This record gives sequence, C-alpha cells and structure tokens, in this order.
Amino acid sequence: MSGVSPISLQANDFELFDLPARFELDSLELAKRWKALQALTHPDKFVSSTGADQRMAMQRSVRVNEAYQRLRTPTLRAGYLCELRGVSIDAERNTAMPHAFLVQQMQLREDLDDALGNPTALQQLADVALTAKKEWLNKVATALDIDNDAAAAASGVRALMFIERVTKDINQQLDDAA
Amino acid sequence: MALLQISEPGQSPDPHQRKIAVGIDLGTTHSLLASVRNGIAECLPDEHGRVILPSVVRYTTEAPGRQIGYEALAAQHTDPGNTITSVKRLMGRQRGDVHNVDNLPYTVTDGEGMALVNTVAGNKTPVEVSAELLATLRFRAEDSFDNDLFGAVITVPAYFDDAQRQATKDAAQLAGINVLRLINEPTAAAIAYGLEQGSEGVYAIYDLGGGTFDISILRLSKGVFEVVATGGDSALGGDDYDRALAHWALLQTPGQPAPEQLSATDKSMLYNAARACKEQLSHTNSAELAAPLGGGDISVTVTAQNFADATAQLTLRTVQAVRKTLRDADMGIDDVQGVVMVGGSTRMPVVLQAVEALFGKPPLTNLNPDEVVALGAAIQANQLAGNHTGDALLLLDVIPLSLGIETMGGLVERIVPRNSSIPTARGQDFTTFKDGQTALALHVVQGERDLVADCRSLARFELRGIPPMTAGAARIRVTFTVDADGLLQVGATETQSGVQAHIDVKPSYGLSDDQIAAMLRDSFSTAQQDMQARALVEARVDAERMVLATQSALDADADLLTAQERSGITASISSLSDLIGSDASANAATIESHTKQLAAATEGFAAARMNRGIAQALSGKRLDSV
Repeated sequence: MSGVSPISLQANDFELFDLPARFELDSLELAKRWKALQALTHPDKFVSSTGADQRMAMQRSVRVNEAYQRLRTPTLRAGYLCELRGVSIDAERNTAMPHAFLVQQMQLREDLDDALGNPTALQQLADVALTAKKEWLNKVATALDIDNDAAAAASGVRALMFIERVTKDINQQLDDAA
Repeated sequence: MALLQISEPGQSPDPHQRKIAVGIDLGTTHSLLASVRNGIAECLPDEHGRVILPSVVRYTTEAPGRQIGYEALAAQHTDPGNTITSVKRLMGRQRGDVHNVDNLPYTVTDGEGMALVNTVAGNKTPVEVSAELLATLRFRAEDSFDNDLFGAVITVPAYFDDAQRQATKDAAQLAGINVLRLINEPTAAAIAYGLEQGSEGVYAIYDLGGGTFDISILRLSKGVFEVVATGGDSALGGDDYDRALAHWALLQTPGQPAPEQLSATDKSMLYNAARACKEQLSHTNSAELAAPLGGGDISVTVTAQNFADATAQLTLRTVQAVRKTLRDADMGIDDVQGVVMVGGSTRMPVVLQAVEALFGKPPLTNLNPDEVVALGAAIQANQLAGNHTGDALLLLDVIPLSLGIETMGGLVERIVPRNSSIPTARGQDFTTFKDGQTALALHVVQGERDLVADCRSLARFELRGIPPMTAGAARIRVTFTVDADGLLQVGATETQSGVQAHIDVKPSYGLSDDQIAAMLRDSFSTAQQDMQARALVEARVDAERMVLATQSALDADADLLTAQERSGITASISSLSDLIGSDASANAATIESHTKQLAAATEGFAAARMNRGIAQALSGKRLDSV
C-alpha cells in the first residue's frame, strides 16, 4: 500500500499524531487523534489475544499516552519543541533568569507565606499565578512559532516551571486550608 | 486475538461460541453480579430471586465451615465475632491502617503482608474472605447459564491504591475467576448511565458506597468514556454515617460507655440500629434509634437535623474532595453537565442536598444506585470477552494516586503523577554513588505528599548484580509500568554494560505468591481436575481464535508480507488447525506451545498491521474498513 507511512515507536510525538511540529495546536483535534490511536492500541482491545500481541499493544498504548500527555500540556509541549530544535531546557543547571522575573517570583512566595490558612487570599494568589502563566505561554508561543527562537522559548519554559511549582504549593495550601 | 479485532459489523458470533462474561460489584456492604443477555445488561438473582449478596461471611466450626450472604447476616448479632462484615475496608491493609478498627465487632490482628481476621475457624486474610463472596457469585453465574464462567470484570473504588487493587485481583484468583479487567466503580457507573441515556459531555460521578467515596469527572462522547480526573477517600462511606449517628446516640444517653468499650454484640446491635434509623430518615423527618445494650437500653428520637449535624463533617469531606478533583481536571462547576449519583449512601437526603448545593443543579438519580456499577461492569465484560457486536466502547481511565520513589532525606520524587492516563510507563535512570557498588535499594511509594512518611509504602526493591564500576559510571534504568488494571510493575536494566540487573521485590503490603498458592491448594473452589479441564478448554478456544484471526488478517493484509513470510504463517496455521481439529489426545500444553509458535510467526505481521491501522486512523479513513 502506497502513501501510508508505517509509524514506528521511534517516531516523535508530533509524527506519531501526524501533527505539525509547532506550539499552537488544535486541542480538540489532538484529543480526537488520541482517542483514535487508543481505539487501536488500548489493552482492552487485546484481552483475548496472545501474550505477544498484548505486549505489542501495551507498548504502543503506553507510547501514545506518553506523547499525548506531552502534547496536551503546554509547558511540556514547549519544552519538547525546544529539545527537538536542539536547545536543552536543562532546568536543573540553568537557573539564570531575568531580574524582573525573579523579583516577581519572590513576591509570589512572600504572598504565599502571608496567605497561609486564608482560602480567599490563596485563591487570589492562584489567579495571579494563572495570569503570569498565560503571559509566559504567549511569549513562548511567539518565540517558537513566529520568531523561531528556541533559546528564548527555553528561557520561557524555565519561567513556566518556576510558576508551576508555586502554583502547586498554592493548591496544596488550598487543599489543606479547605 | 492476533492483530486487529475483526468482526463483521452487525453479524453476531455463533451463539455457541458466546463466552459467559459477567460484571461483579464487590461492595463493602453488598455485592452484585450482572451480565448482558440478549443485548441487555441485567443483575443476576440467586435461587430466591434476590440480586443483592450481602458482603458478609460467617465462619463456624460446623461443616462446611462458613455461611455467606443473607445466612451470615442473620447471625450477625448472635455471633458478631465470627461474622465478617465490611471486609473491603481491610483489603491490602495492615491493622493499623484501618480506620476505626477498634469499632469493628470482630478481632483484627496484624498478619504477614496483610491484616488477619481472627475467627473460630482460624485466622483469615481479607483476600480469603473476599474470595468466598466472589466464589459464591461465580457459582451463581455458572448456575444461571449452566456453563463455565469465561471471565469477569470486577469493580474497585477509583481511589483504591495498588495494594488494594492487587488484593482484589488475588481474591478473584483464589475464587477461580479469570479477571478480564479491574475497572473503577464510577467509570462502570458512567458506562451504564451514558449508554442508557445517550449522554455526551462532561459528567461528574459521585459515588458514596458503604465504605468508600469516589468522585470522577468523565468526558463522554460517542462510546468513549474518558476519565479526566478522579479523587475520593477509600475510607469514607455509609458505615461512617452509621457510626457517627450511633456515637451521637450514645452521648445522648447518660451512663453509656465510650464506643470502644462496648462489647462485640453491643457494637453490632448499635450500628445496625443506627443504620436502620438512617435508612428511615431517608423517607421521614424523624426516626427512633433503639437498641438493647448490655449496659442499658438505648432509645433516642433522631430528627433529620440531628442526623445532619452528627454527620456534617463526613458530608463536608466529600464536598472538599469534589472541589479538589475539579481543580485537578482544570474545570469549574459550570463545566459539569450533570452529576450522577451512585451507591446506596447517595439516598441520604443530606448527601443529595449537599451535592445539589455544590453544583447548583439537582443530581441525576434515575438509575438504581445499587445496581448501576454492576451493570456497567457487565457491559464492559461482554465487550472484553468479544461477545459484543455493536459499536465498540473505549474506556480511557487514569491512575488515582501519584507514584514516586524515596530520595535523600525521606523526600518523594514523583514518577507518575496522579490522573495520568493508563496504561503508562516511566523510565528513570539511577547511578551508583560508591566505587564498586553492586547493589541499589529503591523504595516505591504512592500518594501526594512530599514526605515518604506521609505516603503509602508500596514496595522495596533491591537491584543486584550491577557490574562493579567507579561511582556514577553505572546507568541503571528502572521502568515503572502501570497497566490497564491500575497495577504497578517494575523492571530494571544496567544500560552501560547491558547487564540485566537482578531485581528483588518485597511488597510492603499484600500476599506473596507462595501464600496465594497455599491458599489455592486449600481452596474448595478449584479442585485439581477442574483446573486441568478448564485449561484444555481454554487452550482450544485460544487456538481456534488465533487460527481464525490470523486467517482474516491474511485475507485483509497479505500484501504486507513477502511470499516466504506468507508461506511460513500458512504452515503454522495448518499445523495448529490439524492439532485442534483431528488430534483428540492433544493436551493443553501442546496446544499452547503451537499457538505460541503461530503467535511468534505473526509478530512482525501484527506490528505492520497495527502501523497500517494507525496510519489509516489518522488519515481519517473509516476504521471498519481496516
């Protein structure tokens, strides 16, 4: 059969889902493709099969979920695109961030300490963090899809990782305060 | 089956080939069995026409040594110490983990890997007690159909952790049941509800059972049931409402002892009276709670308001869990189209009111909350067994609790975050920190907290046989796989040298394979002969299926093969067909080995076909033309 490219386990996430390797993507289309792929590979479709088929299906189903998780989560998708374009996020070692960003982060942390046990203040803080996240996602989108500047995008991804860590702590406090 | 499922649309398989597949709701207070007959899922009754099996086992010294269900329930007050209720609370747990363990009417002690119930017939693990219930349901199924059971889908609370799931699977094995899949109770309810009502959109399933609470947010669309997030409390249920009411009633009556000081009989009497009172309050505004206790009778009038006050904390806990789960799903109240109520405890007006207040709309209660889980499980079982011929269902579920490993200082490093779609796998590289180090210890935990001490210990692993190298040179890749049952498997290899590191698994909870094997030997339900006969039947069925599947795969996609590959596969097909067709003396092992040969011969073909299927799915071609 011509025109049908075999999809191997080596395909990258975008190839696996047959989507262009860019940051902006149609999340409904992504979800639709995920379901179509799972309909073919999910272990439930192979309950009565032989062990070899079950293993093969399992491997692919896991791979499809892994790719979907990365593609649907904007920060992970952006980081993955940077890596595909040869720029490592390297969040562990590369912690150099713009001064203004660090000030903003320290402010968020201080506000969090003040808001402990106060659900209203915590919720406000969660909203502030969400706004910051959206701003950075816009910057990352521009860097990747328009300016083709993976280094700038990687710096944005590191900022997003900071913000997500704070958000996680805020949510934890919200759970405890509830 | 090999390759991709192939069945002619609308054409039902040979009725004689139809496999008996059931759904089982193994509940805290009662259990149910359901199956799809003539295209309709229905609960199967016992010989007295009752569909509910009380989840109660009483152990006695007289043959046959046990009573199960209603019979056991009847002895609850006369023999509370040997009448095991709510055993689900003990599954995969040690004594100290069980909430309110001192209030149970029977004695629980610590055992090897899991708590033990002390009875006149000896110590019983929760797995054995559950197996009695499951075996009873298995016999009910086999009597109903006058045929062997092919397999079952068993439901578990979505919030069950790995140890609790494994314990449930072990119990099924002990009862001689082939588990097609463990599925989550709210997901099962969503299947029954979604198919019945033809619903699409985002639904919340609020499932308050006898001993567990689950909240799942699902997206329903055209036969796909996608769990977006799940949460809950595996130690919160109707039992707790009974207890809270009972303790409130004790306080109203001067001279009564503290709850822990009541005798087993008194506890059992009091909690039952509380349950009866609670159930009456679902229909009336006030009810009597009366129980003759050793230290003097209790008789209290309980108003709906008294009950609401005594149990407000419990209801609040469920509301908090709903909020948290919505946050995990990245959704607001307004995104939820409807709330489906599941579990007998959702009949309580206090619960209905709280849910309505939270979501701003009345919850959906048009399906029987006791039966809906078993019905959904039956629909999925029918599908997994290959009996279903209509549109295929697809269940995309998630792992309820994060998996992590212990790092320096007792901290948890998260490996698989909660609400990840399953199946899933994560690889993690480890290295040695001393020269010549040949072993490495790992500790896997489940939970959301940052400290190991606050999470649940799942297992400790020791990797041995690492080739001696300088510190930091070895690369040990550990793979954590969570399968479609939500169960964890771990594997490890040393990637620098290619040496397969030896892995020793010591589960923190649960029974060892030896313990299970010993129980199986002692079990009444699986005599040796029975097992051999089943094995032969299963081997023949598998072989036939494999031959048919491979033949249809060849018919569809032979163009993917070289002439040589094709003749190899054809030869394997005929040797297997000959074996099952003409050789009546062939035993299960011979048939299995030929089936495996055919499977091995078609492995590359299967992969090529799956790739073609994937490519066609993405290019938008109709899947049923694959």
